[in-house]
Amino acid sequence: MAARTLINVPPKAKRGEVIQIKTLISHIMETGFRHDNVGRPIPRDIITSFVCTYNGEEIFKAALYQAIAANPFITFHTVATESGTFVFQWTGDNGFAQDASAKITVE
Amino acid sequence: MNSRVRLALAVALLSLAASLLAAPAAEIPLNERRSAYEDMSRDNKAMQDDDTSNPGMLAVLDGEALWSVKVGASGKSCADCHGDAKTSMKGAASRYPAFDTASGRPVNLEQRINLSRQQDQKAQPFAYESKEMLALTAYVALQSRGEPIAAHDDPRLKPFIDKGRAAFNQRQGQLNLSCGQCHDDNWGKHLAGNTVPQAHPTGYPTYRLEWQSLGSLQRRLRNCMIGMRAEPYSYGAPEYVDMELFLMWRARGMKIETPAVRP
Amino acid sequence: MKQAIRQVVGEAHVKPGKIKLDLPPLVENGNSVTMGVMVDSPMTAKDYVKAIHVFTEKNPQPNIISVQLGPRAGKAEIQTRVRLADTQSVVAICELSDGSFWSHTVDVIITLGACLEELP
Repeated sequence: MAARTLINVPPKAKRGEVIQIKTLISHIMETGFRHDNVGRPIPRDIITSFVCTYNGEEIFKAALYQAIAANPFITFHTVATESGTFVFQWTGDNGFAQDASAKITVE
Repeated sequence: MNSRVRLALAVALLSLAASLLAAPAAEIPLNERRSAYEDMSRDNKAMQDDDTSNPGMLAVLDGEALWSVKVGASGKSCADCHGDAKTSMKGAASRYPAFDTASGRPVNLEQRINLSRQQDQKAQPFAYESKEMLALTAYVALQSRGEPIAAHDDPRLKPFIDKGRAAFNQRQGQLNLSCGQCHDDNWGKHLAGNTVPQAHPTGYPTYRLEWQSLGSLQRRLRNCMIGMRAEPYSYGAPEYVDMELFLMWRARGMKIETPAVRP
Repeated sequence: MKQAIRQVVGEAHVKPGKIKLDLPPLVENGNSVTMGVMVDSPMTAKDYVKAIHVFTEKNPQPNIISVQLGPRAGKAEIQTRVRLADTQSVVAICELSDGSFWSHTVDVIITLGACLEELP
């Protein structure tokens, strides 16, 4: 089942401008440290990696741990160099893989 | 003073004491009402205000998708009857709980959605706190964001508002507290590092940091009762709907904030 | 936490400065705390931030996040939301293109919710 994502990339930017990208994804980020109501440990289930490419080139990479809050929100910056597509990829425990993309026009 | 006067005085004093003990908490004057949003940290306010960072918006997006999914024996989607939610659902959430003629009592938004699912779409109802129910209620309530909560002055609602008010003011649980003692009489004061809110349901379903997910008003009410060491009712109990109705009436005129963020 | 830091930094000397960790001093709920990290760097091809690592003193697991950057970032500034188990110190360390390491430590106070709920 796909995880819902919410991406914010400015649709237009000037060449050389530094832009902020905001990303939000629906994920429980179960730490593995909690127990259910009969005392059994709840197994870890987190996103472990987030990568962003800009026209195929990696511009941002993060390793995430249990300390990242549920529904991970990550913002970062990049220089707007050319028009094209940002691709965002999240991977994690239990074969979790989700991607999203956003386009930008650079003048 | 003779004994008859003394007796009359004693009776008067006793009944005064008794009436004070039974007196409902003083209602907050309408112009002194404030949303718990005001008490949040700068960062948490920012989380609510920014649609690109508000985790509740993820559920809203899911709800938007669900709105157009054809379901049940009817093969109909919400959109098939209600069209564009932005128009048809504008102001809807601010009017709930609303009187349902068929059942002769008020129903909340979750029940209204399930009535439509079962009767009109011929589909299974959604459980409280299910991903689908939270998504749909968030999406529908978003269409009322910024709208004032309705007056809830349908005369048929009055007896149920009264029941909700009575429950709000009744002492309960091991701590023998009523809702009103904290939320009418002691709002703004601190309890273990948190500010006591006035408890207005302006932003449900709400993304509560404590839950790390969206949750309904009923979930919040159940938490309160557990926190007061009282036995919670089951989800969907009429007592909860009466309380929700009273709380919405108490918050009439305040603006809807769904999806709100709260600690 | 010290071991987790050494795994990243090795035997290099970590100096305070250049990196700024932005966390509220008093937190309403430790389940989701907004955290910003920024490094004062021109982010040019010759002088940029290679990586930012954030650690916690008292969480069950010492790492929070590790980020890889480069001159294409334009600005070495990130924001996320983190879980903090208890009142504690949080340490942010950056690695610059010249191989130097810089850090900033912030103390955070976590208040617990008044009405504790059970899992539904």
